[in-house]
Amino acid sequence: MNTGKSHTMYPSTSGTSVVGLVYDGGVMLAADSLGSYGSLARFRDVKRLFKVTDKAALACSGDIADYQFIREVIEQKVRDDVCGGYTRELNAGALHCWLTRVLYNRRSRFDPLWLECVVAGYKDDEPFLGYVDKIGTAFEAKEVATGFGLHFAVPMIREAREKKQNLSCDEARKLLTECLKVLYYRDCRAHFKYQLADITPEGVTIHDDLNLKKETNWEVANYISGYE
Amino acid sequence: MSSIGTGYDLSASQFSPDGRVFQVEYAQKAVENSGTAIGLRCKDGVVFAVEKIISSKLYEHGANKRIFTVDTHAGMACAGLLADARAIVDVARIEASNYRAEYGMPIPCKLLAERVSTYLHAYTLYSAVRPYGCSVMIGAFDHDGPQLYLIDPSGMCNGYFGCAVGKAKQNAKTEIEKLKLKDLTCRELVKEAAKIIYLVHDEVKDRHFEMELSWVCEESGGLHQLVPETVYKEAERYAKAALEEDSSDEDEEM
Repeated sequence: MNTGKSHTMYPSTSGTSVVGLVYDGGVMLAADSLGSYGSLARFRDVKRLFKVTDKAALACSGDIADYQFIREVIEQKVRDDVCGGYTRELNAGALHCWLTRVLYNRRSRFDPLWLECVVAGYKDDEPFLGYVDKIGTAFEAKEVATGFGLHFAVPMIREAREKKQNLSCDEARKLLTECLKVLYYRDCRAHFKYQLADITPEGVTIHDDLNLKKETNWEVANYISGYE
Repeated sequence: MSSIGTGYDLSASQFSPDGRVFQVEYAQKAVENSGTAIGLRCKDGVVFAVEKIISSKLYEHGANKRIFTVDTHAGMACAGLLADARAIVDVARIEASNYRAEYGMPIPCKLLAERVSTYLHAYTLYSAVRPYGCSVMIGAFDHDGPQLYLIDPSGMCNGYFGCAVGKAKQNAKTEIEKLKLKDLTCRELVKEAAKIIYLVHDEVKDRHFEMELSWVCEESGGLHQLVPETVYKEAERYAKAALEEDSSDEDEEM
């Protein structure tokens, strides 16, 4: 008799890449707003990027339900901090550390939250950008991406940095939009509607309902056999 | 309390022959020994003010706060045993967070007050526990408008426009009754609240005290918080000036 028990084996509705980068004077984070059901573009307006505090924003790819769950937990955590009268706000470094504990713990219980998270913001006075995934793998970097973004966006950002070490805010935003555009072209689970967060020492600004559609040109697609 | 020692005060689960529960009355006594706390509700919010008596000069400034935030939109001021109050605040916070998790919106003040009062009441029913020696005021400002509730150790819960607990609650109530609560804004009410606290403070019995002021209103963005430094200073100045005017009037009369 098989008494084995299988837990989460694969995600259900999922979100694709998240891309983030540190620039001169802040951190930027972007994610499209598509919830895919397998290859079906099922929900086209699912937000998966949010402001945690004035010092942190979080975006996730992977299972949307798991993202929504962790978001509720984090929001209550922030409220508890505020009510407790703690003077120090939850910063990006602390949030990243906390997420590694939670995700690693869940993985160790063979019941992972199917997520790849990117935490962006500030740790003390330093810009912070970190990655944590469903098995608890975590790192910090100047450019971070999840999913397909790892293969497409990270090399693009690194290439841009080779040409120019310090990116300005405008350059960073242009670069990030370019990354999302490439992802939209290449990644079948990507979408043209996206959100972008800009975190500076002054706080978090979230730009909702941004759109890439007008910047893309699909005429070349006709050259691909099987497109239509 | 003439009936002390008649044997009916040993447990919270026993009535006296004349229908009283002495343990609960003793708990209420503990509240009456505490520094005064007042809660005022006006057209655009709720204001709390507490006279925190400093029993030792060695305490740090701002230690042992008696005003707490329960959820973003709800606050609690207490009188009585502070450790008991903290335990009640914990319970209230859990209730607020559970409600949010279940319904995805802030807990209505009425419900929060009811749940906390039920909890306090449960502690008046068993011989194995002692009632909470603490009265709490719960105030919130949400889409139902400003609300203010007072809960006492027996588990009684009432809604108020203005309420007072602690040492000088009678004096404070008389002062609150003079205010036109329905016409005032929170900005003005903070000053009046500060004035009442300074007015009812007994300098002979308790020399040192700190005043705590908090509000939840439109101006605070619907958040319960201690009033900003500038508002606090302004209220303190107003209170002290009013007090001096009062005492100089008395001098003239003499």
